[in-house]
Amino acid sequence: MKQNGLGHWIGFVAILVWCLLPIAWILSLSFKPVAETTSGSPQFLPRTWTLQNYKDVLANDDFQRALLNSAGIAAIATVLAVIFATLAAYAIARLEFRGKRFVLSIALAIAMFPVVSLVGPLFDLWRTFGLFNTWPGLIIPYMSFTLPLAIWTLSAFFREIPWEMEQAAQVDGATSWQAFRKVIVPLAAPGVFTAAILTFFFAWNEFVLAISLTSTTDARTVPAQLSFFVGSDQFNPPYSQLATASVVVTVPIVVLVLLFQRKIVAGLTSGAVKG
Amino acid sequence: MATHVAQLSDRTRTENRLGRRLVAPAVVLMLIVTAWPMLQALYLSLFQYRLTSPDDREFVGLSNYVTALSDSLFWKDMWNTVLIMVVTVSVELVIGFAFAMVMHRIIFARGLIRTAILVPYGIITVVSAFAWQFTFSLNNGYVNSWFSWLPGISENTNWFGEHGTAMFAIMVSEIWKTTPFMSLLLLAGLAQVSEDMIEAAKVDGATWWQRLTKVILPNMRAAIMVAVLFRALDAFRIFDNIFVMTKGAQGTESSSFLTYRQVIEQFQLGMGSALSVLLFLSVLLLAWLIVKFFKVDLAQARGEG
Repeated sequence: MKQNGLGHWIGFVAILVWCLLPIAWILSLSFKPVAETTSGSPQFLPRTWTLQNYKDVLANDDFQRALLNSAGIAAIATVLAVIFATLAAYAIARLEFRGKRFVLSIALAIAMFPVVSLVGPLFDLWRTFGLFNTWPGLIIPYMSFTLPLAIWTLSAFFREIPWEMEQAAQVDGATSWQAFRKVIVPLAAPGVFTAAILTFFFAWNEFVLAISLTSTTDARTVPAQLSFFVGSDQFNPPYSQLATASVVVTVPIVVLVLLFQRKIVAGLTSGAVKG
Repeated sequence: MATHVAQLSDRTRTENRLGRRLVAPAVVLMLIVTAWPMLQALYLSLFQYRLTSPDDREFVGLSNYVTALSDSLFWKDMWNTVLIMVVTVSVELVIGFAFAMVMHRIIFARGLIRTAILVPYGIITVVSAFAWQFTFSLNNGYVNSWFSWLPGISENTNWFGEHGTAMFAIMVSEIWKTTPFMSLLLLAGLAQVSEDMIEAAKVDGATWWQRLTKVILPNMRAAIMVAVLFRALDAFRIFDNIFVMTKGAQGTESSSFLTYRQVIEQFQLGMGSALSVLLFLSVLLLAWLIVKFFKVDLAQARGEG
């Protein structure tokens, strides 16, 4: 019964077209000269191909700074969130303690929290504490909002780890540190790594807080910078350059997806079904 | 699994303490950025407070709420938000299920298809909004030239010039970006349905449609409900696409957008806070309705129960 007929081929092609057509479109736009998109260029492929947009966008100081901000903020938030989440997930998966349900409920509630409703009060608080328009001003909320997903994913992974192996190694003469490092770390690493990728995606993607809690390029991340790149004439934005910048910031995502697709899928669905 | 022993032994007490210590940093961090500002919002919402003139702050009681709830704009934006949520989640459920079926059965190029399906999931929402804005653009989009054979679409269709078409474009961008996530959740649910049961139904002469509605769907109910819950609450917060594609023009503003505009663009912290509280309450109500209505047992779905 596991044979693939015509229907599956059609489905296969449909999924690929669905997922990749808009990517092909911004890729194609990025090779159109600015003059072509300004005068109107409704055909899919460029009339004349150019690399000028890439030269311009990559040489743009504001864009470089935004890339640096995004990479720095996302990386720091990811590392810290994963450390906190690992501690919490270990406790949830392995220990019996009162308040476990409370932690899981909080995590669930925050995963569903409307981020916009925090914009006002955070704007006010961050200005009082001097966190407005700084890296920590974004890192802190990003950690909070990625913790639920990270805790979720990690506790599902940790529950699957055969912890008895640690004792077995100790019986065989390993010290507890050796048992932890040689047995548990390699087993837990894939889960931690998956949580890190999902956290990074969130921080790299986040937009509402990025435009609300920043005012200059000091801390403005890529999504925020892109939205301000629109220019004075809202109805005639520099299409091809925006597309180019879009392609540049999508590259890291595609690389991560290509390398770790199996892990990402496992992480995304770990909390959703009994497993 | 929750073994509540009446008398606490030393071991359980130590375990209790260690457990709490390990979760404390995460819990504190989560609460600092949500609970505390939310209380702050509750407080500020009782004031007439404009950031540009902080000295004129004045206690006004519940009047911000009264103003918001009696304003037609609030309800119009709420309607937009609910409409976007209902339409996108329904369409995603159908397309996502079709995708999941294909991915479940397919035996070639699984890595390729998994990679492709993760690209829309991972891409920055702002970028996807740009891609779709350009797709529907009057001067630079390909939609008009590709689909001009359809009634109602011509070379000159200005998608962002009217409410209905602008909403359509926004929904398309939302559906494109989030269907893959939906399909992955459904795929995981599909993997739980036993092949033997489907085979047995087949042997008993059930049609394709009967197998789908009587065997497959009921058995992946938990996965469907979790997917709907997560996506509905996510769609309810829609902001990024609207910000990029229309800036709220043509009456396409969502509730999140309205709140943002009050706080950040008009510096109306009092009114903005009232809207924040209302938005938060709407999400709570929505979550409660979905959980009650669909009887989602998250703990059970997650293996906690």
